[in-house]
Amino acid sequence: MIDIKNRLIEIRWHGRGGQGAVTSTELVAQAAINEGKFAQAFPAFGPERRGAPVLAFIRVDNEKPIRIRAEITKPDIVVVLDPTLLRIVNVTSGLSENGILIINTKRSLQDIESSLKIKQQLAIIDATKIAQELLGVPIANTTMIGALIKTTGVVKLESLFEPLKQRFGRLADRNINAMEKAYEETLIRE
Amino acid sequence: MAKRVGTEVSLAVADTVKLVNADVISAYPITPQTHIVEHLAELVANGELDANFIPVESEHSAMSACLGSSAVGARTFTATAGQGLELMHEVLYVASSMRLPIIMTVANRALSAPLSVWGDHSDVMAVRDTGWIQIFVENGQEAVDNLLCAFRIGEDPRVLLPVMVHLDGFYLTHVIEPIFMPEQSEVENFVPPNQYPLPLDPNNPVSMGCFAPPVIYAETKWAQEVNLRASKDVILECWNEFGDQFQRHYSPVESYHSEDARVLLLTMGSFSETASLAIDNMRNAGKNVGLLKLRLWRPFPFDEIRQAARNADVLIVLDRAMSPGGPGGPVCSEIKAALYQEEKRPKVVSFIGGLGGRDITIEGFEEIINKGIEISEKGSNQEYEIFGVRE
Repeated sequence: MIDIKNRLIEIRWHGRGGQGAVTSTELVAQAAINEGKFAQAFPAFGPERRGAPVLAFIRVDNEKPIRIRAEITKPDIVVVLDPTLLRIVNVTSGLSENGILIINTKRSLQDIESSLKIKQQLAIIDATKIAQELLGVPIANTTMIGALIKTTGVVKLESLFEPLKQRFGRLADRNINAMEKAYEETLIRE
Repeated sequence: MAKRVGTEVSLAVADTVKLVNADVISAYPITPQTHIVEHLAELVANGELDANFIPVESEHSAMSACLGSSAVGARTFTATAGQGLELMHEVLYVASSMRLPIIMTVANRALSAPLSVWGDHSDVMAVRDTGWIQIFVENGQEAVDNLLCAFRIGEDPRVLLPVMVHLDGFYLTHVIEPIFMPEQSEVENFVPPNQYPLPLDPNNPVSMGCFAPPVIYAETKWAQEVNLRASKDVILECWNEFGDQFQRHYSPVESYHSEDARVLLLTMGSFSETASLAIDNMRNAGKNVGLLKLRLWRPFPFDEIRQAARNADVLIVLDRAMSPGGPGGPVCSEIKAALYQEEKRPKVVSFIGGLGGRDITIEGFEEIINKGIEISEKGSNQEYEIFGVRE
């Protein structure tokens, strides 16, 4: 697992407009801040179009206030919310050598490994399936937070409960279930 | 006790307007200010803030409505950005000339064309001479703190001037970060009620914003100028008392490792934070560099700039706006003017960068400082350097 104790951790989310990548980054940052850490979440804004590739970012530092105000180009962790992005976006661009790539996909770990051929740690989860089952919609943003936490421990799972409740009200429980299921089912290649 | 919350900076700004219990908000939504006024409209609609929210058809009307509400003595807030600030332009002069303490958060944005919703300081610089007090902030906490101060400063009977708080669009407005939100009682203790001395009142009629023939116009403008310059004492007093109460300290020109530095970089707004990391790197590598951060833009802090720059050999100023066909960045021009008569002064190098939302990274700031040092030694036949542009 990546060393998250004593330094700034930078996370980049790849999604498509409307899939909730920005919401995910906001929720994780709020969870980190509620744990007493320093965190920053922000989107890469363009002309927002539903379905177009989008980026969103999180920085977390356990000890120090975060001063950098620029997009993340050398992430420690990359989360891919939409498997179709693998064909059109270089999701590993700038990913650090000790970094982690987390992908929402139906494909097997071996299959992904053989097509991406990356040295970095790899984790997969079929988050869309979980979201469809538990939320009734193929929107996997909150589900993917479970995979992020399982793989990196950047925040505690229970730290998401309050931000999810604030954001989703009566729908929060279902999102928490989806996140927890993803936490259980994420497969990691060390 | 203040509560530490993870919140979008725009929402924190709106919540601050609620904490000061504003009476009237009139605004037109424009990116990247939108979340501020949307959240205010929500707070008013659900009864959390007892204020009149006046929706209008343009920023010109927003500022015009603010004139009226401020003139009856109502605590008045608005927010805008970029083109919106430009559409307000003529009314901005009226607010300051009529001595109406309207408080406005500006989510700094580039100006068209080409259309850009992203951040820079083109909008700020275009309203430089409108007679408003103008304060830059570099993070969400400062946006909240200085908005509280803005209400107290602007409405102070010794001041009675409108105040803009400049907040970088997207770089700050759309970021979730930790902010200490003060308690209602702390805010009430710090920001006294607005007691406008001569409000419009049907039972006690006054005229405001009258016609001024040549015999009186210059005297009126001079009175306004004397007052704007004098507001600095009240601004300093406010920041001191804010520091006493909240333990966060503000001043017109702030420094970061600048005391012994031979080379200084000056920035405004959120870029100061990234720049401070470049200063850390360069100092760790043994370079004697420091950072100055311009917080108070109007009234311009002449004495503080002279004092801060006195012992440096080189001062590099990074502007985030152009002055087309002119002498370089607008802030740099003013700093050069402020230092010109000084016997001991640094060489000043003008850089323009970060236009239309272009990031400047830590490495980028190091490059600016190194290039600035080189220009100070070898000279340049250009008025300014534009950073990172492809030709």
